[in-house]
Amino acid sequence: MTTPSRLPDTYGPSSGANLADILERVLDKGVVIAGDIRINLLDIELLTIKLRLVVASVDKAKEMGIDWWESDPALSSRARRDELARENAELRERLARLEELGLEKGAERTGRTLPKEAP
Amino acid sequence: MSGLRYVYAICRPLEAPLQAQLTGVAGAPAKPLHHHGLVAVVSEVPEQDFTEDALRAHLEDLDWLAATARAHQGVIDALTVVTTPLPLRLATVFRDDSGVRSMIEAREEHFLRTLDRLSGRVEWGVKVYLESEGQESEPAAERPAPKAASGRDYLRQRRQQTRASEDLWQRAETFATALHEKLAAFAEDTRLHAPQNATLSGAAGRNVLNAAYLVPRDRSEEFVELVDRTKDDAPGLRVELTGPWAAYSFAGELPEEERA
Repeated sequence: MTTPSRLPDTYGPSSGANLADILERVLDKGVVIAGDIRINLLDIELLTIKLRLVVASVDKAKEMGIDWWESDPALSSRARRDELARENAELRERLARLEELGLEKGAERTGRTLPKEAP
Repeated sequence: MSGLRYVYAICRPLEAPLQAQLTGVAGAPAKPLHHHGLVAVVSEVPEQDFTEDALRAHLEDLDWLAATARAHQGVIDALTVVTTPLPLRLATVFRDDSGVRSMIEAREEHFLRTLDRLSGRVEWGVKVYLESEGQESEPAAERPAPKAASGRDYLRQRRQQTRASEDLWQRAETFATALHEKLAAFAEDTRLHAPQNATLSGAAGRNVLNAAYLVPRDRSEEFVELVDRTKDDAPGLRVELTGPWAAYSFAGELPEEERA
């Protein structure tokens, strides 16, 4: 069946689509044809666009609730502080493991069993 | 017309006329341009906004990008109601009508083949979200952990937290895989897209499945029901359906036999 006919519009146009759904399709999908005006959308991933948008207009982005760059260490000093906090947590974990190992070794030497963990 | 030509889509000649005032990008009406048994749907756009430099600058302006994307999609939507359009990527621009005609000639065969393949089909988008981790099902993870009394306590707490979120992820993955298999069995073709970044979509939760399904329009109702029936199956997960879209995710590539 290749004859187009007037099709029933049962669900309405693109119901429920947010801006990301639309951008995902019009920028990243669809037929790619090099027009007379060459703009290479192929190289522009959504994230790149977002980054550029955000850098171009930080206030506007914040207004829209876009602040993901704040958690990227390359882009934000607050994120770098978070990065330090994460490293700190990792170090604590390693220390805890070493402590545990030390306790077990100690227990082996003295022949005592370790106290049971609370359930 | 004296501006540049912005092309939205290629389709077969329309049996029903386009709606009288179909407004495209930059507020100009979108019109059919007939050539070689095909139709390009075009509108005039001002030269100062659509040269390479101007476009590059505009694409970094979220308001401009959003308005243009919505206008582009608006035209595609209107076409989807009356025919099967091949949607072109945003900002496909030619100097004049003859440029558009040459483009049609150069790709005529490919267009006709793709139109045959997609005729009468629409695309449905299905996304699965993991609602914010640690809701209801995992109240322990939400509460701030009590201060670890020792390294052992600290380790135990960390293990519990990790296990809880692993369970949640495992459940989300199992659900998304099963849903995708079920929908893929119904659809003619599928595409898996990268999960969306929540900050741009504004959607709550973490996107764990983002897929597109090619479905004959006259079987769309069944497809929608199939999706609807799964919605209550998974506490802590949310299923979102968008569409019907023009077959964006299926129009851009060569058919199977021409790949490789």
